[in-house]
Amino acid sequence: MEILMSIVSGLLIASAVYLILSKSLLRIIIGTGLLSHGAHLLILTMGGLKNGAAPLLGQHAPAYVDPLPQALILTAIVISFGVTALFLVLAYRAYQELGTDNTDEMRGTEAND
Amino acid sequence: MTNLLTLPIIIPLMTAILLIFLAKQVTAQRVISVISTIATLVASIVLLLTVKNEGVQTIAISSWQSPFGISLVSDMLSALLVTTTSLITLCVIIYSFRSIGKKREQFYYYSIVQFMLVGVNGAFTTGDIFNLFVFFEVMLMSSYVLIVIGGTKIQLRESVKYILVNVISSAIFVIAVAFLYSVVGSLNMAHISERIAEIGQLPIITVIAVLFLIVFGLKGAIFPLYFWLPGSYNAPPVPVLALFGSLLTKVGVYSILRTYSLFFYQNQAFTHELLEIVALLTIIVGVIGAIAYWDVKKIIIYNIIIAVGVLTFGISLATEEAFQGTIFYLIHDMIIKAALFLLIGVMIKITGTSNLRKMGGLIKKYPLLGWTFLVAAFGLAGIPPLSGFVGKFLIVRAAFAEGAYVGALIVLLSSLFVLYSVIKIFMNGFWKAPQDYPGEEKQPVHFLWMPGAILVVVSICYGVGAEGMYPLISQATEALIDPTIYIDAVLKE
Repeated sequence: MEILMSIVSGLLIASAVYLILSKSLLRIIIGTGLLSHGAHLLILTMGGLKNGAAPLLGQHAPAYVDPLPQALILTAIVISFGVTALFLVLAYRAYQELGTDNTDEMRGTEAND
Repeated sequence: MTNLLTLPIIIPLMTAILLIFLAKQVTAQRVISVISTIATLVASIVLLLTVKNEGVQTIAISSWQSPFGISLVSDMLSALLVTTTSLITLCVIIYSFRSIGKKREQFYYYSIVQFMLVGVNGAFTTGDIFNLFVFFEVMLMSSYVLIVIGGTKIQLRESVKYILVNVISSAIFVIAVAFLYSVVGSLNMAHISERIAEIGQLPIITVIAVLFLIVFGLKGAIFPLYFWLPGSYNAPPVPVLALFGSLLTKVGVYSILRTYSLFFYQNQAFTHELLEIVALLTIIVGVIGAIAYWDVKKIIIYNIIIAVGVLTFGISLATEEAFQGTIFYLIHDMIIKAALFLLIGVMIKITGTSNLRKMGGLIKKYPLLGWTFLVAAFGLAGIPPLSGFVGKFLIVRAAFAEGAYVGALIVLLSSLFVLYSVIKIFMNGFWKAPQDYPGEEKQPVHFLWMPGAILVVVSICYGVGAEGMYPLISQATEALIDPTIYIDAVLKE
């Protein structure tokens, strides 16, 4: 199971890299979304995917799954959610002000100021 | 008082929350943020003295025993850095009063600066690797807002790049933590160190070490990963730039120093050689940038990269003397970079341009500013009585002792170029024929000069009083050389 999940998160990260290297700003943001999905899936996988009950003590199971990676993911998800929201709004503002979503036209030369 | 080491985090956090409610009352915001930053500074000085007298301070949050809960650890290194950070933030806030502008002030500027102080102080104090990630994000989120606040075109354009780079590096950080967790099964830094020592020199540890280097190198602008910095730091207004230049990259350097002395110290052959090569290339790239530009901001920005290179070189040597030099230089560089940015900020305010070719003759009307800048410039280059000397001297001596002659030579030569680059600002900006600049009478020059001058005075005292600082620095070095001091303090065995 871990091998399958590793391949899947590898694919996610590969597509993220491909999208981030493209020119359109929106594709880049979609890429960052996929990148964080890949990273979160990797935490879950790296914590181990053994069988066990959900981490609720009320279940009275003999074994539980590792609760720590789940807490880490929850933290990482809200953080990346916040950053993505900011990034989307920023891209919207940049589109309004700069009139382009093509990163090629966002070069930092002085002539562009 | 056991909660002392949380104060440098709690005070700015509470202030930031309070300031959100006072968004429109600019005067109240200013007063509160100055008072609370002074309180943070006092708390961190008290913390520093406590660490000096009683050794490493640790606190297990909510009394959960150490590997299981989050622990905050304040050894001498982090106490020194927290104090320096609070001091710099205080000066930058005072500078902001007359420089940042009403519109930005009404838009939660001070609140975000306080959040940034929370992130930086937290990153210096934490003893948990995932908590370090969270504090990094606190710091980065505030820096995203600070870089874009005001919303001019150049800021929008550059912040897109800045955020993208940091989102990617944060994702790599998460991945690196995931790998490390799957290998050692712990997140507490002391506990991780202990377990890595138990399993020894597995190749996967080296891979994770390099992954961490990539992450912190992206934050700290090390050679192949520095590309985002010159453009992004050119965008924000000067006080924000001073905060970024003196604090953000140094958090990356601190994290490299911490992880490479606490986690990955056993198999140094590969990692530390990689660090050395990368560090030297960083210095060279920084030097090329610093002498190439005629823009005052750009020159100092490339000087950040040079300093990061020198610091990483010091870390790569990993001897006691090299660590002492690195810590000396780290604190010096934080102070002097903030001072230089604030001083060139005054120059830019007077002349209305950051292009050196359009400046000239400022020394006639602003002698105080000129001489302060000259002292800061000499301090940056490391002229003996001033603060940059001791750190570089120790690093170079350690490099010769270790047989790293090329590195030592590059560090020495880089000082020459650093001196050339800042003296270029002095010769072209302050010397030459005096000019009149439109609107210069209206600028509150003396007020703006003061915070920079305070920092310069602090750095002179730091350089002249190196003898007095030495016990503190060597105490900070002990925990880096011998990780058991850190581990024992946290795990209480």
